[in-house]
Amino acid sequence: MLSLWLNVLASGILLGLVYGLVALGLTIIFGVMRVVNFAHGEMVVFGVYIGYWAVRLWDAPIIVAAAIAAVVMFLFGYLLEALIVKRFVNRPHHYQFIVFIGLSLLFSGVLLVGFGPDPRPSASILSFRTVSLGFVTLDLARLQAAITAGVLIALLGVYLRFSSLGRALRAAADNRLGGLVVGLNIPRVYAVTFGIGAACAGVAGALISPLFDAQPYLAVDFTLLAFVTVIVGGLGSFSGALLGGLVIGVAEAIAALMFTPSMKTALPYALLIIILIFRPRGFFGAKEI
Amino acid sequence: MVFIVLAFVGSSADPYFISLMTIVLLFTFLGQSWNLMLGIGGQLSIGHALFVGLGAYSVGVLYVKYGISPWIGLFLGMIIAGSVGAALAWLSFRFEVRGIYFALLTIAAAEFARIMFSGWEFVGAMQGLFFPAPTGAIEFSMLRGGARFYYFVALALAALGIIGTELISRSYLGYVWRAMRDDEPAARALGVRTFRHKILVISVSAAAAAAGGGVLGLVQGSIFPDSIMGMGLSVDVLIGPVVGGLGTTFGPLIGSLAAIPLNHLMSAIGDNLRIPGLNNIAYGIVLILVVWFLPDGIWPAIVRLCKAIQAPSRLWLPHLRKAEE
Repeated sequence: MLSLWLNVLASGILLGLVYGLVALGLTIIFGVMRVVNFAHGEMVVFGVYIGYWAVRLWDAPIIVAAAIAAVVMFLFGYLLEALIVKRFVNRPHHYQFIVFIGLSLLFSGVLLVGFGPDPRPSASILSFRTVSLGFVTLDLARLQAAITAGVLIALLGVYLRFSSLGRALRAAADNRLGGLVVGLNIPRVYAVTFGIGAACAGVAGALISPLFDAQPYLAVDFTLLAFVTVIVGGLGSFSGALLGGLVIGVAEAIAALMFTPSMKTALPYALLIIILIFRPRGFFGAKEI
Repeated sequence: MVFIVLAFVGSSADPYFISLMTIVLLFTFLGQSWNLMLGIGGQLSIGHALFVGLGAYSVGVLYVKYGISPWIGLFLGMIIAGSVGAALAWLSFRFEVRGIYFALLTIAAAEFARIMFSGWEFVGAMQGLFFPAPTGAIEFSMLRGGARFYYFVALALAALGIIGTELISRSYLGYVWRAMRDDEPAARALGVRTFRHKILVISVSAAAAAAGGGVLGLVQGSIFPDSIMGMGLSVDVLIGPVVGGLGTTFGPLIGSLAAIPLNHLMSAIGDNLRIPGLNNIAYGIVLILVVWFLPDGIWPAIVRLCKAIQAPSRLWLPHLRKAEE
């Protein structure tokens, strides 16, 4: 019994790291640009399809698929920001909401036209292989996804802290006008930010492609999941996104054991409502938004 | 005048058009309730489906399970949704959680409720609730009748919504709520108890949404958690007012008139060409274009155009118009 719980806990933590990466994309975009990307789930699903392709067409390892997803989605995010999103950055939230709803409809439509509504399983051999660590047994796909996500989160954290681009990003997040005054190229910073956010979503999608069948309708779930994760951790907070991901991953895993499958999906929302009651800005939430 | 034209339309047109217009008018009312909350009260809700669903389920459960008149169901639904709205607002504003946090809380509450209702056997769970098939005979006390009857019900509701919003926005409450929307600290400094007023505006909006939801359930003849409480419905509710013109009296009507038939048309084209998803692409692009080019919505643009036509000189002498502004 104990080992069952440990296993569930471990798989929750592993998936939680990937959720953390998804949420990180959302939180970086919000933190710097004050824009809530309601099409985030679609970007995750783009990543899932990239993973599916890479495995099906070239039999590539998931790590390679993740790298492809990172490059493709970064460019995609960069262009999207430069062409459309930048026009709405300083508009009220509900206009941004409509624009992103439009974008998410557009993207899900493209996915439907491209791949049809049927789920495409991309489970590789990896999904069925397990590693035993004595007291817990983990499946390799999950372990690999979690390690990659963890390393990426750490790298991104270091990069944002010490590189000049990272400094520019944080400066733009703190004080947009001040950044402009000292000569920051704010439009470029925003485009790069959106690119990084999209890349996080895409990589996470590629990493979980062996675990979730590629399907256009997954997007809504991922968008909502990313919101919940980010609010639990605190909107705009780096470590909050990571912690939120872990909390949601573990909570889902435990709920899967205790409740019926249909009820399991309600748990993140219940958790969110409880957290908003007791700690309204999340664990690491910024003071003002 | 608009209502007379619409009443005339209802007594003559063909069934498909009638049912489409019924939906347009219902979403005008629902959009108006959302408009009251954001356009006048300044509170963004993206989970309005919660209130719509509560209204629909109140009517549905009482009618289908106990045969109780939908009038009572509507009344009960409004009380329940109003209280839930007030509770959500209280929870949120107690610690000054507002803006986008409040919006995300409304989504979370709506999704939570949707999943709970999907698993609740008493209200039909995923199988939904079905109203008995309409006989076509009009029973006013039970709010039952054919498609044309529901068209007029929806028309009455839309008229009520529009007139109600107009009255509210001209009353004392309207001024207080707009002051609160535009500058909350200033309103508070002038002695407005913004905490109470925010709870009030949200609960009024929620109650109105529940009334709309109750009628929507009756018109559709069935209630499913995914369609009446899902994210999609919340989006449908707010597209009308945003496309038509936020905070304006006729915005939700104009927006619904533009958006809903467009959505149906796109779906029909997509189905005809047998390409699933084509309607999503087209609808998505249209939404982006509307917000891009008509930032205030269609209705203010029409008003501007009418003014320009009345005074042609201004149209042709842009520098004069600039000077006036």
